[in-house]
Amino acid sequence: MRSSTSPAQAPIYGLLAAFDTPEALLVAVRRTREAGYEHMEAYTPFPVEGLAEAMGFRRTRVPLVVLIGGIVGGLGGFFLQYWINVIHYPLNVGGRPLYSWPAFIPVTFELTILIAALAAILGMLALNGLPMPYHPLFNVPQFEGVTRDGFFLCIESVDAKFDRAETRQFLETLTQQEVFDVEF
Amino acid sequence: MSEDRDRQQGDRQEGVESPSALRHQRPPVLEPGYTFGSVTDKISAITLTSRTPRGWFIGFGIAFLLTMVLLAAIAYLLAVGVGIWGIHIPVAWGFAIINFVWWIGIGHAGTLISAILLLMRQQWRTSINRFAEAMTLFAVACAGLFPLLHLGRPWYFYWMFPYPNTLDLWPQFRSPLIWDFFAVLTYGTVSLLFWYIGLIPDFATLRDRSQSRFGRAIYGFLSMGWRGAARHWQRYEMAYLIMAGLATPLVVSVHTIVSLDFAIALLPGWHTTIFPPYFVAGAIYSGFAMVLTISIPVRAYYHLEDFITLRHLRNIALILLATGLIVGYGYLMETFFAFYSGNPFEISTYKDRMFGHYAPIYWLLIACNVLTPQALWFNRVRSSVPLLFVISLIVNVGMWSERYIIVVTSLYRDYLPAMWQPYTGTIWDWATFIGTLGLFAALLFLFLRFVPMISIFEMRELVSETEGEGGHD
Repeated sequence: MRSSTSPAQAPIYGLLAAFDTPEALLVAVRRTREAGYEHMEAYTPFPVEGLAEAMGFRRTRVPLVVLIGGIVGGLGGFFLQYWINVIHYPLNVGGRPLYSWPAFIPVTFELTILIAALAAILGMLALNGLPMPYHPLFNVPQFEGVTRDGFFLCIESVDAKFDRAETRQFLETLTQQEVFDVEF
Repeated sequence: MSEDRDRQQGDRQEGVESPSALRHQRPPVLEPGYTFGSVTDKISAITLTSRTPRGWFIGFGIAFLLTMVLLAAIAYLLAVGVGIWGIHIPVAWGFAIINFVWWIGIGHAGTLISAILLLMRQQWRTSINRFAEAMTLFAVACAGLFPLLHLGRPWYFYWMFPYPNTLDLWPQFRSPLIWDFFAVLTYGTVSLLFWYIGLIPDFATLRDRSQSRFGRAIYGFLSMGWRGAARHWQRYEMAYLIMAGLATPLVVSVHTIVSLDFAIALLPGWHTTIFPPYFVAGAIYSGFAMVLTISIPVRAYYHLEDFITLRHLRNIALILLATGLIVGYGYLMETFFAFYSGNPFEISTYKDRMFGHYAPIYWLLIACNVLTPQALWFNRVRSSVPLLFVISLIVNVGMWSERYIIVVTSLYRDYLPAMWQPYTGTIWDWATFIGTLGLFAALLFLFLRFVPMISIFEMRELVSETEGEGGHD
């Protein structure tokens, strides 16, 4: 199915507008929000400050995931050692107390960091929905510029206000560059 | 720190080019004139070119041969046992532990550059953090080999891991050697994760630019379908920042725990509280020396002088000078407290270090680690690339000698004179050590060929930031 703009055809994922600079993209995102669109996503070759906020995305849950990971790692690590060296396999070394907690601190610390770091990476990937080998956006050949110097804004067709012709017109007022159909 | 003032100066004086003036100001972190596209193309071209340069084959070939030496040494070790090494009682640690501490110390600079300099918002870290992290990873891999091989029966190494088993045995968590196992395990894992998430957006760049089907498939797989969505970047940056925050105390803890392997023991020369801080400083010192040793030839060979500028080399030289002074202070205090303690065993160990059997190595380490870096006080030396390269090699040698002195001199003369016995490494000790140098170099060569050695997306960010500064002020 080739991309064309005639209305009677298969549904699309959304409309993708290209921009030259991060500043232009930021302005376009703000305008799109003001125009009442909810389901949009901006794509950039590097993190652009304020872009996610401009789309109304305020907080990530990544820090919370890391905190939980750290607590699990720390408590788990400490009680693992306690259970092993005090309860399950008590070993008398020179008459020193079995519950010698200062000696458990290094491993507790290391496991706190280890589990928190794993939580940070896996949590970030999971919240981002990665790995995702296929995505409709990859159907637009020009989209590969997003890993070089391309800045893109996609208004998704699931948006209540989305109308193929109207939204395309709206996007064309925002950018001097092309607007693409994104097929599924 | 006068960092802000210096940076402003650097910006103001950008564009002045006479070499005599250059010496007294800061060169830029990125030569002007680059765009998002041109940085991307320049860095990714090194990886995506279909022609591998001849120099790469020569370098990799030598490194590969040395790796084969390592494999031969390990094979013979597994067949015969640790008796092929020079170790004996009382010097049971020998080369294996010297090399372990040396390698793991080298790794520390990578984490320092990628994590601590990120938290301190040091822009100059951008173009060197990727290969410094790779260096960390490969150094930790080399380091991890030694304690395993030293076990005697390396195939039972997993007994250190707490897992339910039919023997009903558990590790002894009051032993520093188990702490070490957990520290190195965590350090290796976190370094790998940190390196990998840094690479995800760059793998996506390679995926989109690779001309070969195979390249697109492999880089596409590794990039996990990254598409640069703003929400993704937001979470990504948060996770990256948190990783930096986690890696910073981790890097301090790892060498602290390595030093506790020594300090918890009761041997004269080891049982001292200054060990943790001075080991950490020594680790950063040797690591930054290794960063110079690697980055100077790489930047010349791949013509990356615009990205890894004189500014980077000078800043590394300054860190080398600062940590070198801390290490020198460590030596001084260590010796002072040995005599101040009045403990005859401590005093005799330190006298023996300075005037005994191993005195030449002791004075070599003082010359390499304390005297040589003093040259870095001079701007002329810091601005001379060949001199920096030579100094970095000298420091590498010095730090290896330091670990040799610490490990051997405390062990070969312990409390019972009847046990005293000098120690030298055998040819197999040297083969294993030189073999890991080969493994390290071979991994680095593979890294340079197949992975972008400079973080491309962070360079794009740097382009946008340096543009912004010029625009607003």
